[in-house]
Amino acid sequence: MDSLSIVIIGTGLAGYNLAKEIRKRSEDVRLTLITRDDGAFYSKPMLSNALAEQKQASDLLMADVDKMRADLNATILTRTAVITIDKEARSLRLENGGQLDYDKLVLATGARPAQFPVDGDGADGVLAVNNLDDYAQFRARLEDESRENKSRVAIIGAGLIGCEFANDLASAGHEVTMIEPGRVPMSSLLPVEAGQVLQTALSSLGVRWYLERTARVINKKKHGYELVLSDRQSVHVELVLSAIGLRADTRLAEIAGIDYHRGVVVDRHLQSSDDSIYALGDCAAVEGLVLPFVMPLMNGARALAATLCGEPTVVNYPAMPVFVKTPVLTTVVSPPPRGADGEWQFTSMDNGIKALFKNGDQLLGFALLGDAVSERQTLTRELPPVLQ
Amino acid sequence: MNKWECMVCGLIYDEAEGMPGEGIAAGTRWQDIPDDWQCPDCGVSKADFEMVKL
Repeated sequence: MDSLSIVIIGTGLAGYNLAKEIRKRSEDVRLTLITRDDGAFYSKPMLSNALAEQKQASDLLMADVDKMRADLNATILTRTAVITIDKEARSLRLENGGQLDYDKLVLATGARPAQFPVDGDGADGVLAVNNLDDYAQFRARLEDESRENKSRVAIIGAGLIGCEFANDLASAGHEVTMIEPGRVPMSSLLPVEAGQVLQTALSSLGVRWYLERTARVINKKKHGYELVLSDRQSVHVELVLSAIGLRADTRLAEIAGIDYHRGVVVDRHLQSSDDSIYALGDCAAVEGLVLPFVMPLMNGARALAATLCGEPTVVNYPAMPVFVKTPVLTTVVSPPPRGADGEWQFTSMDNGIKALFKNGDQLLGFALLGDAVSERQTLTRELPPVLQ
Repeated sequence: MNKWECMVCGLIYDEAEGMPGEGIAAGTRWQDIPDDWQCPDCGVSKADFEMVKL
């Protein structure tokens, strides 16, 4: 009998870490990974703080595809797109005309930048940095546009990724303008009081803010772009970076008739509505939770590797604070569960702020900025697990 | 004493400082940290760290 064949679609942190965890357990399973890109192993979270450290795209490479093939003893199909999944036959149809059978299939397709509606002939020039190729292109554009190593850059969206890029670009000497519909940066993760502290810190690097506004029109100019905002003000820059958020890439689930809602719907075994198909990482909604961070996907990869190798294992999520890579003011946040009862309590510090979300004595979430970060280990132990 | 960087999230482990909050005493050499140790920030394994010259 042939050994079990596991096919993983995607070679980001989710796909490759799952493959590593599977190999720790079994040398016998046949492992195939499929990717649209070149199969190089890199860490997406590192893309948003690589400029100030003068890192080229090649510096972010941990291993090229040949090394990954050898390390994982896996077949890795690069520059290959999957057209659809035949669930009955347990077979993939590939864009290059090929077919690939599987016993177990894992969707690790990640997330894509959300699209936003904007008018103007400059809309096509908006960049988003969601993979290593994007990063290389972004760096090249930045170098082309810079005068005396300096560009004006507009970032649309002041969420986690937008703030990390703002810090990185400003530290590298560029002039950054943030355009954000919320009242403060990172308003979906931070209470307003903490968002204001982060805003002040980024402002100290020269970051400028257009809050409670959106970009309506982006016009191409002879040099750079003009953005017309919702209040009719205009902003002139050389580059526009979109950081309005990510959406789970559920396209294959949609095509193949697998349940999806905000992500590929999976249970605690990371199993989808089809028994032979699983999902992991940014593309998955685990018990309804879409958590596009490294810690949840590592917990998922370990549990799923066990399950796929014949030891059914549910994924547990401990409290998993998120590190925001804004070196100007280190920030760690563990947002309270959606709709939780309780209130924020604030302690201002010389450098930073401590914000605790409590219901009575029970800590349910926190935002620690600057000096307050030193308390994160103690406070994390007080948080309830996310999924247990 | 060396420093090691998590290639996934950028966390620096400084042998001189250790990680007292994680139960690793100051001065603990990288090779003395157990192989099943995980990055406290992102959860990847020890193998995903590289020595950095700072």
